[in-house]
Amino acid sequence: MPQGIKDLLGLRDLPKEEIVEILDTGRSFREVLERPIKKVPTLQGTTVVNLFFESSTRTRISFELAERRLSADVVNFAASGSSVSKGETLKDTARNIEAMKTDVVVLRHPSTGAPHFLSRLLKSPVINAGDGINEHPTQGLLDMFTMREKFGELKGLHVCIVGDIQHSRVARSNIFGLKKLGAEVAVCGPKTLIPNYLEQFGVKAFYDIDEAIRWADVLNVLRIQLEREAGGDFPSIREYRLYWGINRSRLERSKKSIVIMHPGPINRGVELDADIADGNTSLILDQVTNGVAIRMAVLFLTGVKSS
Amino acid sequence: MRVKSKIADAQQMARSITRLAHEIIEHNKGAANLCLIGIRTRGDFLATRIAEKISEIERVSVPLGSLDITLYRDDVRQKLKLPELKRTEVHFDITDKNVVLVDDVLFTGRTIRSALDALIDIGRPTTIQLAVFVDRGHRELPISADYVGKNQPTAVKESVVVHLAEVDGIDEILLVEEDNEP
Repeated sequence: MPQGIKDLLGLRDLPKEEIVEILDTGRSFREVLERPIKKVPTLQGTTVVNLFFESSTRTRISFELAERRLSADVVNFAASGSSVSKGETLKDTARNIEAMKTDVVVLRHPSTGAPHFLSRLLKSPVINAGDGINEHPTQGLLDMFTMREKFGELKGLHVCIVGDIQHSRVARSNIFGLKKLGAEVAVCGPKTLIPNYLEQFGVKAFYDIDEAIRWADVLNVLRIQLEREAGGDFPSIREYRLYWGINRSRLERSKKSIVIMHPGPINRGVELDADIADGNTSLILDQVTNGVAIRMAVLFLTGVKSS
Repeated sequence: MRVKSKIADAQQMARSITRLAHEIIEHNKGAANLCLIGIRTRGDFLATRIAEKISEIERVSVPLGSLDITLYRDDVRQKLKLPELKRTEVHFDITDKNVVLVDDVLFTGRTIRSALDALIDIGRPTTIQLAVFVDRGHRELPISADYVGKNQPTAVKESVVVHLAEVDGIDEILLVEEDNEP
């Protein structure tokens, strides 16, 4: 029997059973998204605040659609043009908004740990929509959901995360979640962008992309932030593409079919070639669709509990 | 939970299914344009049994679906435990069809209210009719069944439990008394 959850801060501390519960609940909502009327009355009367201290298109729209499809009332907050630019602290902003009798907070923040801080402060459930370089749990869940739909189960599946692992909250949420459900996880990228603490989580590191491709069933390709070039983590975008970019000739050298995933937005022709991103082994748009279903599941399990 | 009496056994239940199937056919003047949708969990097994019976009598196959009403419940936020969310599976268009909604026990009518909302979200049927296995009274909403397996007067603190071979391993309907502990 599902218990509901208070917060969703990260997959690192979420028990396996709760991850499975969210993924199972997500399937019910995936079905709702196929209906002519994609809206259910479940969260009527619940107010959800989307606090976004960082720019975002996909995640913000995905959360907002999920909230509206559950019939919640939605308030959007973007840091620019708000009292934050007048110097108000996160604590004051959040407490003021909660004082207006809102029920659930969705937070994206550039500082690691911001959602954990808010969850101690607020009575409302807090859903982490990405904090610093820590976690992006709903992305991790939707990636797992997408792989589960494709392969049936995650146990024994070989998933390789490619790119800037060091600064990626998507990578961390994927690693924590996938390991708990029994998948084999590896990472691949330039040495400068692979943290040295991964071994303790049982994560393999490849420094040669062709080796990674031979090993993997799924490549979860991360976005290379173009500003990292200037930071000196790799010499140039061109060199990155040459050594780590996923293209057709690389994939064809491996005889099996490899599923391609990407959390977006894609730098076409850098980490991933356009024909692969749009190819028939790509699940990138399924990820986006499943994102709404997974966020509905998380809101359902937290929001219902809150009121 | 204490069992007070057995309301029906497997044989009586089989007879009720046959009678319900006949009544549905009679009322709809055949089985054309008819479909059955069961409310999860036990309603969908009963719907399957009734549909099989109708197919047997009329020699046509009747479209069959199942409905999960969790997302439409009006008490979902008052419960301490969340009901398990299952999937609605209606793989045909219900618009312009005669839909027979099937559930095991009719009590307050709130489940049916939710089911009506859920149905209307997936199409616009010509009619929605209601078939229940047991009507135990105590309605809180203006809802009544078109086809009733058995009318069973009960006290509020009593409860009617339908066991089905598909999930419980046995066909029987029991009248039970709820425990006083929460």
